[in-house]
Amino acid sequence: MTLTESAPDDTTIVSSSTSTIVDDTSTSDTSTRKGSGVGRFVGSLGPPAITFAAIIGLWYAITYLLLEERRRFLLPPPHEVFDTGIYSFGSGEWGNNLGDSIQGTLLTGRAALVGLIIACIIGFTVAIMMSQSKYVERALYPYAVVIQVIPILALVPLIGFWWGFNFRSRVIACVLIALFPIIANTLFGLKSTEQGHHDLFTLAGASRWTRLTKLQLPAALPAIFTGLRIAAGGSVIGAIVGDFFFRRGEPGIGRLLDNYAKDLQTADLFVAVILSSILGIVFFVVIGFIANRLLRSWHESEGTAT
Amino acid sequence: MAIDVDTNERTAAPAAALSFDNISMVFPDGTHALEDVSFSCVPGTFTTVVGPSGCGKSTLLKIASGLLEESAGSVQVERDRVGYVFQDATLLPWRNVLRNVELLAELNGVSKAERKEKAMTAIETVGLAGFEGHHPKRLSGGMKMRVSLARALVRDPSVFLFDEPFGALDEITRERLNDEVQQLFADKAFAGLFITHSISEAVYMSTQVLVMSARPGRIIDRFDIPFAYPRTPDLRFTPEFAKLSGDISRSLRGGHS
Ligand SMILES: Nc1ncnc2c1ncn2[C@@H]1O[C@H](COP(=O)(O)OP(=O)(O)OP(=O)(O)O)[C@@H](O)[C@H]1O
Ligand SMILES: [Mg+2]
Repeated sequence: MTLTESAPDDTTIVSSSTSTIVDDTSTSDTSTRKGSGVGRFVGSLGPPAITFAAIIGLWYAITYLLLEERRRFLLPPPHEVFDTGIYSFGSGEWGNNLGDSIQGTLLTGRAALVGLIIACIIGFTVAIMMSQSKYVERALYPYAVVIQVIPILALVPLIGFWWGFNFRSRVIACVLIALFPIIANTLFGLKSTEQGHHDLFTLAGASRWTRLTKLQLPAALPAIFTGLRIAAGGSVIGAIVGDFFFRRGEPGIGRLLDNYAKDLQTADLFVAVILSSILGIVFFVVIGFIANRLLRSWHESEGTAT
Repeated sequence: MAIDVDTNERTAAPAAALSFDNISMVFPDGTHALEDVSFSCVPGTFTTVVGPSGCGKSTLLKIASGLLEESAGSVQVERDRVGYVFQDATLLPWRNVLRNVELLAELNGVSKAERKEKAMTAIETVGLAGFEGHHPKRLSGGMKMRVSLARALVRDPSVFLFDEPFGALDEITRERLNDEVQQLFADKAFAGLFITHSISEAVYMSTQVLVMSARPGRIIDRFDIPFAYPRTPDLRFTPEFAKLSGDISRSLRGGHS
């Protein structure tokens, strides 16, 4: 017999006199957690902070070096944007339109969130039905693709016509954009369960429902979250686009963006742009957080480091 | 408990836990995988099937467990007491060791307390006590295979099917797991049906070795392995062991031509 070069990964002593197999497995049990909380925080915020500083620097450069004085209103310097749009240390006053912009952002966020939730409910249901029957899949999938490929702008008049030019239609715009990524990714996840796992459930005589809930859905979670991330971004965009067109009722941030641009309120416009970016980021981060919580113990995509 | 099985002495044969009667298998696409296979596995015997790749060994186990239905012939087995260890550990990555081992009992509706107790016993038996809370991601290949063994053990199997379970492991881990399975076999006296590509593993583990021909797979030879249990690794260096291995190897090559 040749002794292999590979070392054993776990040490076992088999004693034939005892009824159980004795094992002094001493494989490392310590999980690797690097650095202190503060260190990690700084470590993870450092790189984006550098990027942020670079962007601000570039901004100043463009304002003062590239633009002539009379065209500077196109891109006022950052401190001026802050002073006019957010908070003036000189007068101690908040920006005139800041309150409106924040409210508009929250309203748009609400449309995006409601739209995303509705898209999830419809999307999960449809994807699960498709995964259970080839027939349903063939009947519905082409239409899911159609929803995806029709430009949302082409549907705007129709949506407004049917549901009015109000908040409800903004939500519908979100649903239309968010639906396909959820259906496609959930379906992909549900269908990519390993054959070996299916065999295991077959051996145990598991019902369809058990197979779905205990095997297919957990296995699909990583793919579901991929879909959710895409859908969340889409939903925010849908809500802002919706603001532009469905102008009845309280204005969302998209409508305010449009107004500020028309009135050449550059500082307010910038603040509105920043607020809508924050909205997108919040959606993205919240979903990332939930994904990390659910997946980090077992899936490769969510290690301890983020 | 040491079992000294000599399959030559079949006096008053006990009832078979698994028996194949004239099994043939032709897949829908026309692949003829098995042809007229008959043999049976009695509790306390360990049968190993060796044969060229693609001859239908896995197919045979799938038929035994009910994953596939034979085209002709019949199988007799107590389906819900079949332990099946696949080539891959096939652990559910989102479940920790304990919940993976509990799986089959859970699917069969065993109460929470009872299945936990069974699972803990099985985990201890395979030497993984203390690792109940670990997810498969953090286990080595050998440990995953043990979890897979424990999962099969929870069914308290009367028939234990192994489909090349240790093929992917390094030699030392493999030999260690061979000894552990042997130990389990000595303790539980199930009927073992083992598949391997390693002749040495086949001789070391078994009370009988069956040689299959290339596709369509037929049983072309049968060797009784007379060594008493418990067997120790040194057995592999004895002349008797070498002779049996040589005979089986020759038989296998004959089946190829
Ligand atoms: N579902 C299937 N449909 C059609 N042919 C199949 C199917 N499953 C297996 N086969 C064929 O049946 C034959 C036997 O397959 P099987 O997996 O039983 O071989 P094996 O002896 O286990 O091979 P190996 O030693 O490589 O694992 C092979 O030729 C294989 O291609
Ligand atoms: Mg095989």
